[in-house]
Amino acid sequence: MTEPSHPANALELKDLSVAYRVGRRDRAVLRNVNLTIKAGEAYGLVGESGCGKSTVALSVVRYLPRNGSITGGSIALDGKDVMKLDAEALRRARADSVSMVYQDPGKALNPSLRIGRQLTEIFELAGVTGQAAEDKALAMLNRVRISDPASVMQRYPHQLSGGMQQRVAIAMALANDPSMLILDEPTTGLDATVEAEVLDLIGQLRRELSASILFISHNLAVVSNMCDRVGVLYAGMLVEEGSTKDVFNDPRHPYTVALLRCLPRGGQRKDQGRLDTIPGFLPGIGATIVGCAFADRCALATERCRAEPPPLYDPGGGRLSRCHYHDKAQSLPRATPAEIVAAAPKQAPPVLQVEGLNKTYASHGRPLRAVKDVSVSLRAGETLGLVGESGSGKTTFARLLLGLVPPDEGGSIELEGKKLAPRLASRSEEQVKAVQIVFQNPDSALNRSHSIRHILSRALKRLGGLSGKTLDTRLEELVRSVRLTDRHLAVKPRQLSGGLKQRVAIARAFAGEPRIVVCDEPTSALDVSVQAAILNLLADLQSRQDVSYIFISHDLGVVRYLSDKIAVLYLGRIMEFGPSEAVFSGPHHPYTEALLSAVPQLDRTESSRIRLDGEIPSAANPPTGCVFHTRCPRKIGAICETQEPELTEAQPGHTIRCHIPYAELARLQKPKVVEPA
Amino acid sequence: MSATDTPASLPAPSAPDTTRRSPWGEVLHSLFRSGTFLTGLFILLFWVVCALFGQHFVPYDPLESDIINSLTPPAADHWFGTDQLGRDVFSRVIVGSRDILTVAPLATILATLAGTALGLVIGYFRGIVDDIVSRVLEAFMAIPVVIIALLAIVALGTSKITVIVVIGLSFAPIIARTVRSAVLAERELDYVAAAKLRHEGALHTMFVEILPNVIPPILVETTVRLGYAIFAVATLSFMGFGIQPPSPDWGLSISSNYGMIGGGFWWTVLFDALAIASLVIGVNLVADGVHGAFND
Repeated sequence: MTEPSHPANALELKDLSVAYRVGRRDRAVLRNVNLTIKAGEAYGLVGESGCGKSTVALSVVRYLPRNGSITGGSIALDGKDVMKLDAEALRRARADSVSMVYQDPGKALNPSLRIGRQLTEIFELAGVTGQAAEDKALAMLNRVRISDPASVMQRYPHQLSGGMQQRVAIAMALANDPSMLILDEPTTGLDATVEAEVLDLIGQLRRELSASILFISHNLAVVSNMCDRVGVLYAGMLVEEGSTKDVFNDPRHPYTVALLRCLPRGGQRKDQGRLDTIPGFLPGIGATIVGCAFADRCALATERCRAEPPPLYDPGGGRLSRCHYHDKAQSLPRATPAEIVAAAPKQAPPVLQVEGLNKTYASHGRPLRAVKDVSVSLRAGETLGLVGESGSGKTTFARLLLGLVPPDEGGSIELEGKKLAPRLASRSEEQVKAVQIVFQNPDSALNRSHSIRHILSRALKRLGGLSGKTLDTRLEELVRSVRLTDRHLAVKPRQLSGGLKQRVAIARAFAGEPRIVVCDEPTSALDVSVQAAILNLLADLQSRQDVSYIFISHDLGVVRYLSDKIAVLYLGRIMEFGPSEAVFSGPHHPYTEALLSAVPQLDRTESSRIRLDGEIPSAANPPTGCVFHTRCPRKIGAICETQEPELTEAQPGHTIRCHIPYAELARLQKPKVVEPA
Repeated sequence: MSATDTPASLPAPSAPDTTRRSPWGEVLHSLFRSGTFLTGLFILLFWVVCALFGQHFVPYDPLESDIINSLTPPAADHWFGTDQLGRDVFSRVIVGSRDILTVAPLATILATLAGTALGLVIGYFRGIVDDIVSRVLEAFMAIPVVIIALLAIVALGTSKITVIVVIGLSFAPIIARTVRSAVLAERELDYVAAAKLRHEGALHTMFVEILPNVIPPILVETTVRLGYAIFAVATLSFMGFGIQPPSPDWGLSISSNYGMIGGGFWWTVLFDALAIASLVIGVNLVADGVHGAFND
């Protein structure tokens, strides 16, 4: 960690309280938050959605929404009290000393201005004009390591990929050489490989610049890799603070302990035990909190916790914990027992057999091969994990299976030995109910005009062929099997939290006793504690009903937890396919290797990562030879550029599409002691 | 799914949040806090009361002529004066709201029903159906209402029904276009895919799954159309194609009296014109309020 270059603190929040006015009542969002970021320091703020992370960021620049107000405390930026600044001084402070980078770079950039114009504007505001401003803009783009900055200057935001847009947003944020840089979930919408690049960039810039960083993220691993110190926010209160290493390795608040336990770590798998969860819910904004805010969800809580609000204790070593029993926090009992019923060994015939599946779209008159020659097989009760960057064809493959889009002529999909018609409309009722899906976004997947009862009853009627009394009985069972109750039936989806909505979506997919359920990023919109509960539910349902999953996720830890087999896709082609453990532990395809190495990890010790250069090429114009050769760090020569490698069997059941022989891959990848995902 | 008990170990999710207002509650709440909407509603309700009960409280029979007192200017016994047949203008304006407030809303309802059904179909099926029907609708929209009215009257003869059908059908394409664009956005949502994965028929998907979610834009469009429909009815009556004498209808009254403005008998026309204007403004204020409430 860099030593502070000057003694003043870059940011100091003292007893900051913020309230939002909703329905004529002020509801507290931040409660007496004290937080100090030293000059040159990177401070991470973590917590689940709704805990007030972004409100902290917005308060610092006094950019709260109209119904938000600072109800107490003070904010000092570089020793200046932000609350006392008049409009003009505030504007100057925003222009000169603080910069923010938001989650969605697409929205942060003006879509109708060229990148060059947007960047030079910042320098023009600072008094630099003409060629000088343009030169500075160019230098800024160089600084964020954009290749060919001169041409990027001429482009519009929509012509850049998400990663490039975020680089431009960072360049803009750094243009005025701010003393404070606020990053609000800067990599959340990006692919793991791109995320890794952006994080690397931020890490490098930190060393070059003097800026202090406030890094806000729900992703504990990202924060652990980026920050010197970390604060854990819960219900608008700072519940724990300390150096990143201490907080993540030796947490002193039960909430931090529980949060860390929700993540599948160190290659944990569904047959090794359930994930732990956090019972209950975050107190709603503006809830009256007596005692400890976390007491209702904490198994260690005593009468004292419910009555007496804990102060910020100092367990020593520059740490703080808002828990009466901070020394015992790690003895927090599990909320969900780990043990599970061992699933029966799977030697059943394949439930799904896909042979030579292709899907070609027309893109500006040229063929775009979204899925190319994909063959996989899956047994009952198994999970096939699909991984790859966005644009790799994961979702298209899932839609082909479901029959939502018809595949090209040729390939075949067999369900339990019987051929599935390419189009949904020509599949039999039996086949339709056998293949179902849990979508990524339950808000889109559940009809917002219908009650939960309507949604599930309709599914039972159409997929289960039930009616009347039997339907009601099954409805009750179905609801119970996803851990919902009768109370949830009468309401509309909007009255449920994200996790509960996803349970409804899962119940709907299971209404007709499916054989295969496609799970398309089912937990990526959820907080980690909710994600753990949903993953447990999926694993339980699978072991009880012998259903197979096609599991799509960008979170490799999650994929590894649930999958028996993995297919790694790149530009619609399978690059590697095999048993989950074999694919994860390697030796693996260079692309798999890069994907695994891009994942930010809590437990990572070594820091050498494999970087992929550039973006995923367009599927409408794929590279010749091996489609991965343009980005492959292990490219061996001309053969990669001219000849597409076959998918060859490296070991029984484990196939890799690479010119490098398996033994050679093993030798190349051996020295790295990677503990993937 | 088997009936086995779920492991008691999984955490039970909490109760649903029933404290939140329903979306419709939210809309009503913001409607009744909107000055625009309340003003519009007040004007509209005033004319509705006049239409329903006006004949019971007006001082004179709006149809009874009194030639001796013809064309008297506004005074204490005839607030708005009298027309050339000596009929009381005030009574005629009040009762004259009746026909327009029957014909215009019925035409709007017809337009909404036809337009919604059409919009759902073309938005849901897209492709060739959409291409053909949309071009036909556009061609239809290019023809002025008056021309359509002339054609219809030749074919069907003058009656209130004709006016309702003419205005209803000529407004339907506009509503269909609004519904279509809402449906296009809606059909991309995953619940529509989920319906397909249950082998739901097109009718079910359109009317049970999608329709409830496109009601807000339909309601907004309907209130906006009502304003235009009032105008259209008045126009047709003025031209003699719509409501027929001896109705005290506003458009009709203006039509039979406007020649007398030159003679200085302004009161025979002005109050009817103001009535039409106030009703249209009232409806448009309501439409603005509804639009605002749905787009907050």
